[in-house]
Amino acid sequence: MPYPTLRTLVEKVWHEHVVRQAAQGEPDLLYVDLHLVHEVTSPQAFEGLRLGGRPVRRPDLTLATEDHNIPTIDIDEPIADPVSRAQVDALRANCAEFGVRLHSLGDVDQGIVHVVGPQLGLTQPGMTVVCGDSHTSTHGAFGALAFGIGTSEVEHVLATQTLPQTRPKTMAVTVNGQLPPDVTAKDLVLTLIAQETTGGGQGYVVEYRGAAIESLSMEGRMTICNMSIEWGAKAGLIAPDDTTFAYLQGRPHAPTGADWDAAIDYWRTLVTDVDATFDREVSIDATTVKPFVTWGTNPGQGVALGGKVPDPGDFNTDDERAAAGRALRYMGLTAGTPMRDIAVDTVFVGSCTNGRIEDLRAAADIMRGHKVAGSVRMLVVPGSARVRLQAEDEGLDIIFKDAGAEWRGAGCSMCLGMNPDQLAPGQRSASTSNRNFEGRQGKGGRTHLVSPLVAAATAVAGHLAAPADLPARV
Amino acid sequence: MEKFTSHTGTALPLRRSNVDTDQIIPAVYLKRITRSGFEDGLFAAWRGDPEFVLNQPDYAEVSILVAGPDFGTGSSREHAVWALTDYGFKVVLSSRFGDIFRSNSGKAGLLAAVVEQSAIEQLWSIVESDPSTEVTVDLADSVALAGRFSARIQIDDYTRWRLLEGLDDIDITLGHEADITSYETLRPSFKPMTQPSPQHRSGTGDSPIANALAQPG
Ligand code: SF4
Repeated sequence: MPYPTLRTLVEKVWHEHVVRQAAQGEPDLLYVDLHLVHEVTSPQAFEGLRLGGRPVRRPDLTLATEDHNIPTIDIDEPIADPVSRAQVDALRANCAEFGVRLHSLGDVDQGIVHVVGPQLGLTQPGMTVVCGDSHTSTHGAFGALAFGIGTSEVEHVLATQTLPQTRPKTMAVTVNGQLPPDVTAKDLVLTLIAQETTGGGQGYVVEYRGAAIESLSMEGRMTICNMSIEWGAKAGLIAPDDTTFAYLQGRPHAPTGADWDAAIDYWRTLVTDVDATFDREVSIDATTVKPFVTWGTNPGQGVALGGKVPDPGDFNTDDERAAAGRALRYMGLTAGTPMRDIAVDTVFVGSCTNGRIEDLRAAADIMRGHKVAGSVRMLVVPGSARVRLQAEDEGLDIIFKDAGAEWRGAGCSMCLGMNPDQLAPGQRSASTSNRNFEGRQGKGGRTHLVSPLVAAATAVAGHLAAPADLPARV
Repeated sequence: MEKFTSHTGTALPLRRSNVDTDQIIPAVYLKRITRSGFEDGLFAAWRGDPEFVLNQPDYAEVSILVAGPDFGTGSSREHAVWALTDYGFKVVLSSRFGDIFRSNSGKAGLLAAVVEQSAIEQLWSIVESDPSTEVTVDLADSVALAGRFSARIQIDDYTRWRLLEGLDDIDITLGHEADITSYETLRPSFKPMTQPSPQHRSGTGDSPIANALAQPG
C-alpha cells in the first residue's frame, strides 16, 4: 500500500521507522528507538533469548526499572512476597547477564517505567517506544509512537530491535477552547472515554490536538495519552511544540549542542500536514468539561462529579443496561445517589497517570492547612524516586504528612495491588490511577477514578468532592 | 526453532470439546519466571483424577494430542502452548482451534493441524484399542498416518513454511538483518541511547542516595 503524500503525525513517525516495507497483506517491519522493560512481562522473554542463544541486539536502546511488584515502604528490606521477589530477582539477573541498564529499588532513577523514560529525557519526539505494558501510550505525549506489547514481542524486540506491525487507522480528537479552572487533563480524558466508550478507539492511533491540548503541560499531556488504551486505542500522541522542547532541554539524555539544533529542526516537522486526512475525527468542547469521576467498573462508566449514579434502565442497549447493573452491584451503589454523597475510605494519589511532580503539587496545594478525614486512609505514592526527592525538596511531603496522609516510596503500588498496597474486600477508593476494573486495586475493592484535585478534596471531605467544596482552611 | 518435517510418536485421545486455555493451564500456574517448566500446570484441574487419560500409564510417553473440536479457545496466554511443548507434545490435531492458540503454536514450534472430526474419531478408536500404535504426522506431505489409517492435515501456508524451515518470527526478522543494519547506520545521531548513561547506577546498594531513599517518612 503506498503512503499518502500528505501525512498525519503518526504516518510520518511510522514512515521514518520502516526497516522493510511489507508485501500486500503482510506487516511492515518497524525499528524500535526505545525499549522499556520491567519485572513482570520480561522474564520469559529473556529466557527465550537464552534458549535461542541470542544476545540483546541493542542494550543501548533498552532500559529496565523495577516498578510493578515492589513495596513502597521498608524498601531496604527483602521483598516479603516470594513471587514478587522472584520476579524482581529475575530482572536483576537478566539485566546483568544481557547488559541491560537497570534502575533497581533504592536507585535514584528507579520508578514507574512511564515516569522514568520521560524524566530521563529518553522519550523524545518522533521516536518509536515500546514496553511490555499497555500504558506505554503515555510516551505519545512527546509526539512519539508508543504502544504496549506482549511477552513474545518483548523477546522479538530484545533480539532484533524491530517489530512486525500492521499499519493502524488514524483518528483525530480535537479539543477546542480551554478547560475551566480546577478542571484537569484527567477530567478531560475521563469525559472523552465516557463519550466514546471503552471500545471507541479500537484499531486507531489517536492524535490529540486543539487549543486545550496545546495549553496543557507535558504532565497533563502524558495523563491524556496514558489513558488512550482505556478507550481501546493502540496509541495516542500529541504533536511536539515549544512546551515539549522546554521540558526536554537539559534532561540527562536530551541532545545537546549541534545535536539539539538538528533535533529541534526535525521535531518541528512532526505535525500533521494541513490537508492530511484522518480515518475518523472527533471533537470536544473543553469549556463544557467538568470535574469527572467514575461510578462503574470500567473507565468509560463515568459522570460529572455534580451528577448522580445513573439508572441502568436509562442506557440504550441491553448490553449497556446489563453492564451498568452489574457494575452498580459490584460497586455497592444505588442509582440516583448524588456522586458527592459517596463516602470513601481510601484515597490513592499516584500511578503513571497522575504520579508526577505536577500532580503531587496540585494535590498538596489542596491539602495545605487541611486534615485527611478521620474515616479515610490517604496514600501518596510518587511515580519515581526523583519525583519523590523533588517533592521532598519542595516540602510537599510535609504538607501530606501534616494532613495525615502516608508518604511512600516510588512504584505502581495501589494502581494494581501487586505489592502489599491493596484495598480490602468492600473498601472504596478515590484513585488517580487509570483502571477501575473489578478487583484491580485488591480483591473486592471498589475504585472511583478521579483527578489529583478531586482526590485531595475527597481525602479531606471523606466523600467524593471538588476543591471548591472544602471549608476554609484551618 | 527446529525444522519440523515429520513426527512419529504415540498419541493421546482427549475426548473433550471446548478445552479452553484456562483448562490447558490455569492462571495460578502463570507466575513462573522461566520459559520452561510449564508442564506441571498442563490440564492441572484434571491431573488429580486417576481416570484422566493423561494419568494412565499406557499414555505416559505420548507426543501427539488428538483433541476434540474447539481446542485452545479463550484467553490469549502463550503459556498454554508452552505447557504442551514443555510436557513433550509436538503435535495437536483437532477439527477446530482457537485462533490465538493456533497462532501462538506456530510461534513456539508446536504443530497445530486441523483434521476432519470423522478422522479424529477414527484416530481415537485406534489409539484407544492400542495405545502403543505409532502415529506419524508428516507436514511435508500434509498427512497423518497410523497403520492403514490416513487423513489429510491442514495448516495455513505461512505457518507451514515457517515450521518446515524451522523459522520462528525472530529468525524471519533476523533474515532481514542487512535491512536492520542499514537502517541503523542511517539513524540520526541525536537519537538517545541508554548506555553509557550520564548517571548510570546499576543494582542496589552502590548508590549513595539509596540509603537516603530507604526510609520514606
Ligand atoms: S502505575 Fe499502574 S498503569 Fe502504570 S505501569 Fe504501573 S501498574 Fe501499569
